[in-house]
Amino acid sequence: MIEARSVSKSYAGKKVIDGVSVSIRPGTITSFIGPNGAGKSTLLSMMTRLMAHDEGEVLVEGRPIGSWDNKELAKKLSILKQSNHINVRLTVRELVSFGRFPYCQGRLRKEDWAYVEEAIDYMELGPMQHKYIDQLSGGQRQRAYIAMVVAQNTEYIFLDEPLNNLDMKHAVGIMHVLRRLVEEKGKTVILVIHDVNFASFHSDHIVALKDGKVVREGTTSTIVTQEVLKELYGMDVPIQEVDGRRVCVYFG
Amino acid sequence: MRMAILLPLLVILSFTSLFIGVQQLSLTDLFSLTADQKELIWISRMPRLVSLIIAGMSLSIAGLIMQQLSRNKFVSPSTSGTMEAAGLGLLVALLVFDSASMMQKMAISFAFALAGTFVFMQMLEKIKFKDAVFIPLVGLMFGGVLASVTTFFAYKYDLIQSVNSWMQGSFSGVLRGRYELLYISVPATIAAYLFASRFTIAGMGEEFSVNLGISYRKIVNIGLILIALISSSVILTVGSIPFLGLIIPNLVSIFRGDNLQRNLPITAVFGAIFVIGCDILSRVLIRPYELPISLIVGVLGSIIFLYLIMRRDVYAS
Repeated sequence: MIEARSVSKSYAGKKVIDGVSVSIRPGTITSFIGPNGAGKSTLLSMMTRLMAHDEGEVLVEGRPIGSWDNKELAKKLSILKQSNHINVRLTVRELVSFGRFPYCQGRLRKEDWAYVEEAIDYMELGPMQHKYIDQLSGGQRQRAYIAMVVAQNTEYIFLDEPLNNLDMKHAVGIMHVLRRLVEEKGKTVILVIHDVNFASFHSDHIVALKDGKVVREGTTSTIVTQEVLKELYGMDVPIQEVDGRRVCVYFG
Repeated sequence: MRMAILLPLLVILSFTSLFIGVQQLSLTDLFSLTADQKELIWISRMPRLVSLIIAGMSLSIAGLIMQQLSRNKFVSPSTSGTMEAAGLGLLVALLVFDSASMMQKMAISFAFALAGTFVFMQMLEKIKFKDAVFIPLVGLMFGGVLASVTTFFAYKYDLIQSVNSWMQGSFSGVLRGRYELLYISVPATIAAYLFASRFTIAGMGEEFSVNLGISYRKIVNIGLILIALISSSVILTVGSIPFLGLIIPNLVSIFRGDNLQRNLPITAVFGAIFVIGCDILSRVLIRPYELPISLIVGVLGSIIFLYLIMRRDVYAS
């Protein structure tokens, strides 16, 4: 269990996160949604030790995140930020093998390679595993990064806008893989996501943030409502049901 | 670019290097060496070969680490002010101590190289405009400022010749008893190998490192210390060799990618081959005289550097 208890963060005197409390339910997909500048990414960074919090506490399995050994934490939770500008020429296979670093410190043993193979298969990267990541398309590259996180084999997987710059086929493909990780491997996935409809279709739980505060939090059906979205985005969003799932028609 | 080709090439060039020079010595003499020839080998030719190998390997590796940590393909000890800072340190050592011992020079030169590299890395973090070519330009200017400070004080205290002879890269002065400081680069190079994966991870950024449980700052600092150690020990024994740390890792990267753990041995061997080759050229072009190796490396290096810049769109940016 990972939870944030009334955490705050200020930049240059302005509070970007203001007393937020969130607890993540294991075995689900949780999405952070909200308008630009709501503090979604900042919250994600603080819950994964990428960024220090000014006030409050972040607890991982009941222990403050700062008291964890960095290496141990790397076996417990993984975080992938939007990383489209990596200037390092690595093959897909090499990139994925770095996911095993917390376990073997760079000297991969047989069982580590087994995890690497499995992750490559899982993300269907087999045919391109020896290609350099800068030769891949955006969607393939994103899958390669997620494969690295799969090889890291952590209970919690945090992803910051994993669908950025992906076309719809690849975006849907990524969401299906995340669902499989939850169903088949019992992982817990936490996402920052821009598109309300992807959140609506693919997450179990939604945290709606605005101006550094939690506006509403709950299961997907309680959040994707006209009333909550109006409060969140300041506009009327008609909602239609398609096959029992809610689609927000926000195009105007 | 394979070990199976590079290693035999290294051996061939090494033998060639041993048997080139004003004093006659040929391969057939090897089994019937006169006392003079034995001395020639042990006092001059062998130390020269060993120092060529060590300097070539360690400078190439220092460049490789630097490129990974700075995330820029065109950063190296000679395009970031590291070499010039080491030279400034050497001048300070000459000024402060009447007759500085090698270790004192080394210590001060190392401290300056470390500080200079650190300042450059700090500048990198402040610069928003991260164009692949702009960054090394900043490094060259920074190095230029340091070099002119060195020249100014060297001029003032009548040390200009002495400083120039230190900074001019040449293996002609390498004799037994005068190059052993270079051995400091050996443990530094081995340490680089042990930390190889960590440098690659650090090269992918702070957030990437933290995710994999690595202390980013610590790894960057270890890298800077190794770079400064290598640069200052090379400056003090053979002088400044331009471009080496830049072109060798780049040529290897084109063929073999950027996985440090896999690339380090090949980069090291390729660096040694390149330096031995250039040294042989410097010894035969105007026989019986010698050109400074920094001249040969400078000419070849700048051509390769230009080529790399031309094709940076395909791979470096």
